[in-house]
Amino acid sequence: MIPELGNYSLMLALALAFVQATLPIAGSFNGNARWMALGRTTAAGQFAFVTIALGCLIHAFVTNDFSLTYVASNSNSNLPVYYRVAGSWGGHEGSLLLWVWMLAMWTFAVAALSRQLPDETVARVLGTMGLISIGFLLFMLFTSNPFERLLPAAPDGRDLNPLLQDFGMIIHPPLLYMGYVGFSVAFAFAIAALMGGQLDAAWARWSRPWTTVAWVFLTLGIFMGSFWAYYELGWGGWWFWDAVENASFMPWLVGTALIHSLAVTEKRGSFKNWTVLLAIIAFSLSLLGTFLVRSGVLTSVHAFATDPERGLFILIFLAIAIGGSLTLYAWRAPSVGIGGRFALVSRESMLLVNNVLLLVAAGTVLLGTLYPLFLDALGLGKISVGPPYFDSVFVPLMVPVLLLMAIGPFARWKESLVTDLARKVRWVALGVVIVAAGLAVALSPSPMAALGILLALWILAATASHAVERVMHGPKGTPLLRRIASQPRSYWAMIIAHAGVGIFVVGVTMVKSFETANEVAMRPGDSTSAGGYAFRFTDLREVKGPNYIAARGTFEVTKDGKPVSILHPEKRLYTVQQMPMTEAAIDRNFTHDLYVSLGEATAQDTWVVRVQYKPFVGWIWGGCIIMSLGGFLAAADRRYRVALKKRSETTEAPTAGAATVKAAAVKAV
Amino acid sequence: MKRFLLPLGIFLTILLFLGVGLKLNPREVPSPFIGKAAPDFRLAQLHQAGQTISKADMAGKVWLLNVWASWCVSCRQEHPVLMDLARTGVVPMVGLNYKDPREDGIAWLRQHGNPYVMSAYDRDGRVGINYGVYGVPETFVIDKQGVIRLKFTGPLTKEAVAEKLLPLIKELNRA
Amino acid sequence: MRKSLKALLVLPLLLMSLVAGANDAPPAAADPDLEKRVMALSEELRCLVCQNQTLADSHAELAVDLKNQVREQLASGKTEEQVVEYMVERYGDFVLYRPPVKGSTWLLWFGPFALLVGGVAALGWKLKQRGKAAARADDAGSVSDADLKRAAALLDADNQANRKDPA
Repeated sequence: MIPELGNYSLMLALALAFVQATLPIAGSFNGNARWMALGRTTAAGQFAFVTIALGCLIHAFVTNDFSLTYVASNSNSNLPVYYRVAGSWGGHEGSLLLWVWMLAMWTFAVAALSRQLPDETVARVLGTMGLISIGFLLFMLFTSNPFERLLPAAPDGRDLNPLLQDFGMIIHPPLLYMGYVGFSVAFAFAIAALMGGQLDAAWARWSRPWTTVAWVFLTLGIFMGSFWAYYELGWGGWWFWDAVENASFMPWLVGTALIHSLAVTEKRGSFKNWTVLLAIIAFSLSLLGTFLVRSGVLTSVHAFATDPERGLFILIFLAIAIGGSLTLYAWRAPSVGIGGRFALVSRESMLLVNNVLLLVAAGTVLLGTLYPLFLDALGLGKISVGPPYFDSVFVPLMVPVLLLMAIGPFARWKESLVTDLARKVRWVALGVVIVAAGLAVALSPSPMAALGILLALWILAATASHAVERVMHGPKGTPLLRRIASQPRSYWAMIIAHAGVGIFVVGVTMVKSFETANEVAMRPGDSTSAGGYAFRFTDLREVKGPNYIAARGTFEVTKDGKPVSILHPEKRLYTVQQMPMTEAAIDRNFTHDLYVSLGEATAQDTWVVRVQYKPFVGWIWGGCIIMSLGGFLAAADRRYRVALKKRSETTEAPTAGAATVKAAAVKAV
Repeated sequence: MKRFLLPLGIFLTILLFLGVGLKLNPREVPSPFIGKAAPDFRLAQLHQAGQTISKADMAGKVWLLNVWASWCVSCRQEHPVLMDLARTGVVPMVGLNYKDPREDGIAWLRQHGNPYVMSAYDRDGRVGINYGVYGVPETFVIDKQGVIRLKFTGPLTKEAVAEKLLPLIKELNRA
Repeated sequence: MRKSLKALLVLPLLLMSLVAGANDAPPAAADPDLEKRVMALSEELRCLVCQNQTLADSHAELAVDLKNQVREQLASGKTEEQVVEYMVERYGDFVLYRPPVKGSTWLLWFGPFALLVGGVAALGWKLKQRGKAAARADDAGSVSDADLKRAAALLDADNQANRKDPA
């Protein structure tokens, strides 16, 4: 009964999406206010119905309704309840429903928080998002319905993939989808602007907070995936340049270019065409990611159950959505004006260089990811493109980005003199080179590592010096805190986000250059070492979990005889799927991680154990989180909240419902 | 003006490749041995442990090398097709028992039928690796000069035998 | 007590070994330098039966077999290049995670840098064009005095507004 309700809700949502995608846009061209207003109503309705559908699916999981194929494939009665809830997005069909729900939520948010925008713009934005919604709802209802019945019902389920039975895995997809789907808002704003032929600084101001929030979620989503892989997969790796990982990284790179480009368009009215194109590309890459994960075209550990028929459907959807938007771009972009002027050396031009570099980086990842497919399609043989390629090509490409990133904030808008820039950063540069040289002598790193350290120090030092100088320039006598608070949030957002990048680079460089690992067969009583730490295998026993049995080892870690920690790695066997899983034991510290994982059992109580010393790996996670913090701060800048507040004050006496929405909106931002 | 069409152009090219990609199998590993001499081997026979079998034993004939194992589920699937093919007598088949305990291999053939003129016993899989075997079952068509002409990955079906193997074997026999 | 514990352990271990293919582990007293070389090379080779994993990370039986091959060959004095050649002879270029540089992969290896150079060059050219166009616009028209006065008045009003509410 309830699954049928869910299915029916999806159909109703689709019907509303059809209305949302057509009438408001039409109304925006013939001035029909009622049609335009339908955008908001249908958005709210769609959100309500998709929420009901998602609720029904979660209910089916929680109540162990194995008469649904999807539940039977992804759950089990022994599965703890929180994993059952997460199971609703653990497989292909359910994750699509989550995607659609996120889209409905973002659409509703745009509908609710856009009172200050002109009606035509809102109508077009919501209409465009409605079009995307149609595509996904059709895809779900026709090829991947989570409410499909399994008759006769299975007595019990196949259990959720043990790899997904983990907290990190629960929140990774929602975070990621919030990011992917969030870029649809920037995309919709871009399409709306192209439709209306109106691209001005106001448009950039409206798009910016939405895009920034989407970027934050994508950053966190990618971070979470990497963080999870690190502790869950058992070999201490955190990025493999796998096709699906790349599918999330490409929109991130373009999204980063986009948020910087929007800054210029907002401030100076320049780059309009370029920003619109970036918005289209960012979301197109999100859609491409959806295709790559679900079509079976590329091999990946992440791929959902692959089905060329589904792949074809998504491909057609891509052709329409991306082809259509790029055609609109080709048609309308030439009529958009040029915007403010700027010199060859200026903050604008530096941001343009940033954009070009990031786009080249994204293009490189795309090339590497799709190249095996290109060659195979042309009958030129089969190759593999993996981490060795990406490390060789991508890392050098990022060097100019990291180098210029620290100088950018020093450049002035419109015109900046190279001599001026050099003067501002010369002491920082000198200091950084000296410190880096000192570290090189102390640590004897490889050339690449030395470069990494240099760049990281450069970013951190230059960013810090910019902040210090800005704060020091306040009127004399003002207390430090006041001076800090007087800078707009967007300024501190930039400083924090850039610092986050620097910290991230420290982490990556140190881990890749100085990590050590040891893989040996051990039995209780044996010892091994890594990174100057001794690991003694002291105990091995069996433990039982709710749906698994595990061999649990105890390792005493010491340094120079002094006890450091006790670690308990496990090798679990999930009973339903008969799937073994490694639970690594990690001792996390500020400057390093100690990592122990059990490999295979070779005899009664002999296990192949991998112990690793990973310096500064925590700085990778820290860098990502700090970057996100910066992004969040940027979205919360006063000018967005002020604009919202002003508009809500000048609107006529609202109804109770609308007032609650507005109050929530003002509070939320 | 034209440069605004560039993004669309690039996208359509990618779209084309993605469309073709839907028909391909990204996990299939093509054999680099097609047209090259089959790697030589000398292994103990499965049934008579004291006797050996080598590639030279099949020289001058067109023959099939079928890699199988008793623990392989797909091998069970393709076995009736192999038995049928063996009955026609069109082409001699040599089995390569891959990473299998000897008794299991012998028992499996006894239970399901033995389509092979001879079976080689590759306990540690070294010969398999030499042939670029990465999964079972796999079937090689080898010509009179000992050159590999075709590699079929996965369980053979009636259609695959009729469409891919038999025409090639006929042609090679005429040569 | 210990006996039953051992028995309990045997079942999962057996299951695990069936699934993962228990093989001879590297001996505890292995040559660490050799192991390092084996690891490094294994990380460049692809596990052919997995969904995108290196030989180093995979526990699949074929992966372990191939890793043992790598170890044996390196131990017997072969170079890394020779081991790679051995693998490619049998499995094709697919087994390499670092694609070989040949005609069909030129675009892959040199494309990114070509893109970088091209992108920056195109940007530079575009900026110069803009500069020229702007210079031409400056020379071409001159603004009337009335317009200049209007502009000044508007700017004044704008500046006053900005001082009250800097955005």
